[in-house]
Amino acid sequence: MNAYAPIFVLALLAAGFAVFSVTLTSFTGPKRYNRAKVDAYECGIEPTPQPLGGGRFPVKYYLTAMMFIIFDIEIVFLYPWAVAFDQLGLFAFIAMMLFLVNLAVPYVYEWRRGGLDWD
Amino acid sequence: MDDVLIAPDIDYLAVAPMIIVGVTAVVGVLVEAFAPRRPRRGIQLVLTFGALIAAFVVLISQAGTRVITGSLAIDGPSLVLQGLILLIAIVSAMLMAERRVDPAGDAFSPRASALPGSEEERVLSTRGFMQTEVWPLMLFAVVGMMLFTAANDLLVMFIALEIMSLPLYLLAGMSRRRRLLSQEAALKYFILGAFSSAFFIFGAAMLYGFSGTISLPGIADALSANPGQTPLIFIGFGLVVIGLLFKVGAVPFHQWVPDVYQGSPSAVTAFMAAAVKVAAFGALLRFLYVAFGGARWDWQPALWIIAIATMLVGSILAITQTDIKRMLAYSSIAQAGFILVGVIAVNPEGVAAVMFYLAAYGFATLGAFAVISLVRQDGGEATHLSNWAGLGKRSPVLALSMSLFMLSFAGIPLTSGFIGKFTVFEAAILADAVPLVIVGVIASIIAAFFYVRVIVLMFFTEPAEVGPTVVLPSVFTTLVLAISVAVTVILGVFPQPVLDLVEQANVFLR
Repeated sequence: MNAYAPIFVLALLAAGFAVFSVTLTSFTGPKRYNRAKVDAYECGIEPTPQPLGGGRFPVKYYLTAMMFIIFDIEIVFLYPWAVAFDQLGLFAFIAMMLFLVNLAVPYVYEWRRGGLDWD
Repeated sequence: MDDVLIAPDIDYLAVAPMIIVGVTAVVGVLVEAFAPRRPRRGIQLVLTFGALIAAFVVLISQAGTRVITGSLAIDGPSLVLQGLILLIAIVSAMLMAERRVDPAGDAFSPRASALPGSEEERVLSTRGFMQTEVWPLMLFAVVGMMLFTAANDLLVMFIALEIMSLPLYLLAGMSRRRRLLSQEAALKYFILGAFSSAFFIFGAAMLYGFSGTISLPGIADALSANPGQTPLIFIGFGLVVIGLLFKVGAVPFHQWVPDVYQGSPSAVTAFMAAAVKVAAFGALLRFLYVAFGGARWDWQPALWIIAIATMLVGSILAITQTDIKRMLAYSSIAQAGFILVGVIAVNPEGVAAVMFYLAAYGFATLGAFAVISLVRQDGGEATHLSNWAGLGKRSPVLALSMSLFMLSFAGIPLTSGFIGKFTVFEAAILADAVPLVIVGVIASIIAAFFYVRVIVLMFFTEPAEVGPTVVLPSVFTTLVLAISVAVTVILGVFPQPVLDLVEQANVFLR
């Protein structure tokens, strides 16, 4: 059970921090409401009114978000590989290059098919 | 630096079929990016069929290979099941390539995001735009399936599960006709599929917590070293099996099957019904036999209950269906139950029987959905059962082949389904699971009712005044029908060569 003690402490600290900051700001922060503040949070698009007859509303941000994920994942794997490059050797180098090529393919696809044109 | 990473020893020839299909799928994405619109479809067709056939040829040259390479086990069952997946993929690709039965083009919406019935869609259709992304998506799904049958550790199995599922979620939502039903199917499949993936990976984490390894043989070793049961192993096993049974479509994890089978384009449903079952049963067999073969007495009772429920619920609910695609969906649930009977046997005969059953069921399913795609009214498919009345008088050949597939599903002698059921039940009797076999036979009798009802409807009912028309297909669907009929008859009349093949390949490498 002792092995798990740090995890419980961490959980307590995290919960304590969340409770502390939420309660503290509700006492100390200024309260000036405007329309945007009381709206539902919806990633920058107007949640209402919906177009009549259920028309389309722009979700361009979602293509940008997917692009972000591509490069996000790339960095997550590149950092540890770069740190341990000496030990990993040729096999890991080739594997990493193949990984980068595979990541470039969806990027090229999105670019060519107009996913990066905002208008 | 003495702690240099040792590169895994990979037998590239043994995994070549998967590499061929996977690389071609990536090339297919690049074709989508760079090729001009007009020749795109032709290029994709050449790539898809070329890759699938090349992978199959390389696979045949691997016959007899038994090697563990990295996290993959290339052994008898994985070679047979991968070959079966490739054959099913080739046949269903022909079904997807069909362009003549729908006056507007192929089965897929030119742009799945366009609103049904909108001006945008009308313009795209009249200009003859095609959704060619379906081909790389299908190849990705095939890679995932092949990987799924060969995965020898839980992480690779999970990755294979995702590679297989994600393209299928998309393909399910691309129907040209009845778009909203199709999109509903895609969303349901995605949400429930994501849920089951979460079950699987959470279970894998539990099993890692128990055994300290993710490799299936490693889990088996940890189990025999610590015979005392801990909650971790129960929870982990249960969660992983739930994830796999979901893909198989076993009761009580079957709710997605009818909606998804009904809503998807028939070509995709055929591919999904036939190939996903092969892949998922391959993974289920390997997980149960390699990792938990020693602990079979602990899990067999649970799977008994699931198999009995699957056979009975699938067969009984199919009776009440009025839509033929939905009826076949419930029938596929019942068939999953029959296959589970072979899985529960835990003997080499069971592995051989499951593989034979999957082949028999797969090709009959492909044929049945090919027939469904040809019976049309007002452009779309006429799937309501009442539309099928008197079809035998309008188109005897088509109705006869549909009857053959129905008889095969019902397990009537001289069809592939009979040999499949026979071998599965035989394996279960060898494993002393006689009550399971009795339930199986009762469920077969119930199921025979609704299969035979379709035949009666086609041949012994007067056709309606304004009935559907049977469209004359191009060579693609004709070939699919011919192949399915041939396989169903040959596996029923001369099953011995295939039975010999699966009996030689019925032992998992560990």
